[in-house]
Amino acid sequence: MIIKCPYCGPRDVIEFTYQGDATRTRPNPASTDQDTWNAYVYDRSNPAKSHREFWLHGGGCRQHLVVTRDISTHIISSVVYARDYIHAGGK
Amino acid sequence: MVEVSRATRLHPLQAGHSGILSVSVTLAENATRISLRAREDAIPALSKALDLTLPTKPKSTASNGARSALWIGPDEWLIIDGIESSVAEDLRKAKVLHSAVDISHRNVGINVSGKGADAVVNGGCPQDLSLSAFPIGAASRTVLGKIEIVLWRLAENEFRVECWRSFSNYAYAFLQESARDVAA
Repeated sequence: MIIKCPYCGPRDVIEFTYQGDATRTRPNPASTDQDTWNAYVYDRSNPAKSHREFWLHGGGCRQHLVVTRDISTHIISSVVYARDYIHAGGK
Repeated sequence: MVEVSRATRLHPLQAGHSGILSVSVTLAENATRISLRAREDAIPALSKALDLTLPTKPKSTASNGARSALWIGPDEWLIIDGIESSVAEDLRKAKVLHSAVDISHRNVGINVSGKGADAVVNGGCPQDLSLSAFPIGAASRTVLGKIEIVLWRLAENEFRVECWRSFSNYAYAFLQESARDVAA
């Protein structure tokens, strides 16, 4: 799989580290609702379609990225900086 | 008649000692190295202090004499200079926010040179090392096998691999074995 880093261009996936699901939102830290925290920590939707995930280009420019990837075909439709993604409210 | 082909048996410690190789893997001379981190607005002042223009594009480098600056990330450069260097004092003169850490002894340089040097490096590095994608003077942080390296192309058939000191045995053995494979 080749990920097109917005800085470095297309690079092999072994230069990158997977950092998890980018679609989750952390509950309010003050929350004591067990179900909410349980869902945040353990529940994953694992859809067989387009999915957003965090990747780190550790073997390169060390930028954190959000990659939109179809899990069933590995086709990557977009790669953006994680900081831009977060600042845009995870959209 | 049945033809039997046998693979040549090589001793695992034989790397680099199996006759004439087209690519040589040798230790680079000791060097002064600085890990420089700075934001965009500090680049002009740091460039002036270093007496070279810090590169701002991926895979690019800038050199002035023995001193070179390699673009590593959007806010990170690796400065390599000769063993006798005033680079730390020069950077101290730049009165802008930056971080300069002396990593001269953290890194080890390995030279890979000779016809087919790109194939030797590609033995463990996934980057496209064709001259159009990785021209002479290009440099990048990347991976070699299971370790992180900084790769710098000095000539068409000459690369410098910078790795961390504790990984140098691995990198050296890996490149020698790769050179043996390319020669075979």
